[in-house]
Amino acid sequence: MYQYDAYDHRLVRERVAQFRGQVVRRLKGDLTEEEFRPLRLMNGLYLQLHAYMLRVAVPYGTLSSEQLRMLARIARKYDKGYGHFTTRQNIQYNWLNLEDVPDLLADLASVEMHAIQTSGNCIRNVTADQYAGVSADEIEDPRIYAEIIRQWSTLHPEFSFLPRKFKIAVTGAPKDRAAVRVHDIGLQMRRNEKGEAGFEVLVGGGLGRTPIIAKTIRPFLPKRDLLSYLEAILRVYNQLGRRDNLHKARIKILVQSVGAERFTEMVEAEWQHLRDGALELPAETIAHIRAFFAAPAYETLEAKVPAFEAKRFEDRVFSEWCRTNLAPHKVPGYAIVNISLKATGEAPGDASAEQMETVADLAERHSFGELRVTHAQNLVLPHVKLADVFAVWQALAAAGLASANIGLITDTITCPGLDYCNLANARSIPVAQQISERFEALERQHDIGDLKIKISGCINACGHHHVGHIGLLGVDKKGEEFYQITLGGDAEEKASIGDIVGPAFAREKAVDAVETIVETYLARRQNGERFLDTYRRLGLAPFKEQLYDAR
Amino acid sequence: MTRQVITANRLRDGDVVYLAENGRWTPWLDEASVAETAAEAEAFMKIAEESEAACDVIGIYGMPVEGERLEPVSTRERIRAKGPTTRTDLGKQAEPDFAKRA
Ligand code: SF4
Repeated sequence: MYQYDAYDHRLVRERVAQFRGQVVRRLKGDLTEEEFRPLRLMNGLYLQLHAYMLRVAVPYGTLSSEQLRMLARIARKYDKGYGHFTTRQNIQYNWLNLEDVPDLLADLASVEMHAIQTSGNCIRNVTADQYAGVSADEIEDPRIYAEIIRQWSTLHPEFSFLPRKFKIAVTGAPKDRAAVRVHDIGLQMRRNEKGEAGFEVLVGGGLGRTPIIAKTIRPFLPKRDLLSYLEAILRVYNQLGRRDNLHKARIKILVQSVGAERFTEMVEAEWQHLRDGALELPAETIAHIRAFFAAPAYETLEAKVPAFEAKRFEDRVFSEWCRTNLAPHKVPGYAIVNISLKATGEAPGDASAEQMETVADLAERHSFGELRVTHAQNLVLPHVKLADVFAVWQALAAAGLASANIGLITDTITCPGLDYCNLANARSIPVAQQISERFEALERQHDIGDLKIKISGCINACGHHHVGHIGLLGVDKKGEEFYQITLGGDAEEKASIGDIVGPAFAREKAVDAVETIVETYLARRQNGERFLDTYRRLGLAPFKEQLYDAR
Repeated sequence: MTRQVITANRLRDGDVVYLAENGRWTPWLDEASVAETAAEAEAFMKIAEESEAACDVIGIYGMPVEGERLEPVSTRERIRAKGPTTRTDLGKQAEPDFAKRA
């Protein structure tokens, strides 16, 4: 894992001290709320419905056991004993006192964490594939480049006041687990004809009010040019992005209005001034960062572990959990263990302090002290010996963390919605809870197969509803909660924006509507088709018919 | 005019509060002062603005209420007045004082 150098330490410590002073001045009245608000937002501190909310950055979703233990401690000491993992691989605390926040930030700094650039119109925390470094299909560990981008973008003076927020995602594998096509910039590692690794650069993706799939502006960018090219993109955006209209300020609108071709020309022209300059990444710099992400000391193991196979054979519940929650590891004898934060009836992405501690202990004992946060609001133990998997599962089960539903219909992505969020139109969590209850039977979930439901409480789309196979968007109709349903969205390599199925459904009808959609799929699917395949083949019509005409 | 109360969040801890008698802020909606007329609402707002300037609260606004027991009209305000519907062990609804008032 990356470790702070003296510069990182100083920067974070100084920021804590500055914020401490700002809070004191605010409470004394030396700063007005108008003056203080941008300062607190720069440190990830929002005011939500019930209290202050702090968003803590988890860079590219990687955490150490020690860090997760600190997150648990913070949940207990300053909050109400839990935290919420978000679609940006971050964690949020919901119940903070303003006065406590400087101490909280100091605690975070002690484990090399902070909340800088988790809000505001700047380059936000860079996200990455949660299987970085361990999946077999990977060209290179994307975290090396995510970390390089983090260093370049942190307090970047030119890009601290962009027209709007800016999100970058990186994946090192052809399988897109980081939703790079719905980010302001998506970087997908590729090899050129010579076999050299570099990036396909995608720009202008995003969800929210105007959902757009990113366009490729460069099919291959050599690694040494990464920062100069990003700088060129950001410069063009910083200059031409619309600052006059909040709804048109994201880079996607700029790319859309000038066209991807013209945008590319502008970036390339800007890049001519920047390339081969101070931002060039020499191989040694990359090697220096790469060393932080070196593979842990794996043992040489057999790929088949009879004791593990025997347990799978004997214990049906364990076997079912293995089926969905394990992913193949690139090293023989190891597995990637996914920990679902989607237990039936619970709030998706929430974890109690005790659960965090359990996971931190398991990571320490069984995963080289390392774990990941996924954009689907789950956790991952990236390197577990197959021989240890059964013990890990037992410990997870004892902590209420052994839901066997990764990738299934109850593994929803769900934003906090109106239960917490100041911007919400409708609640999200109760809908997810109802779905998890309605479809609780595992056999049925497996029969339905790969189906991603994503729920947002408003058009800001933090719950990624546009790219859910089934998406639900909370809307407010005269003070009542309604849900607009979209079908056929996808955040992976063949990314697509879902189609609105028709008029929104009242709250009591929303989950029935989801069930109708699922039943329609089950009735109409052909051999081995996933929901998305059936939808792409048939389109909206049969679903519409069942949802509206048949009533 | 719809009857309304003035609500805000307390600066120090962000807690949801309502303007009550003598410019005091209370966490309990049933203690809030209710503006029955536009003139009353305006007068309350002035008091609230002074209080905001004095750094007691932030984000003041008028909130419509209905019924004898001062029920908020919107779902959003009902959630602010109680706490998350998904965690009844949290927020105002979890405090012993809340049950006494219900
Ligand atoms: S989608 Fe809307 S309701 Fe949900 S967290 Fe984002 S801003 Fe809040």
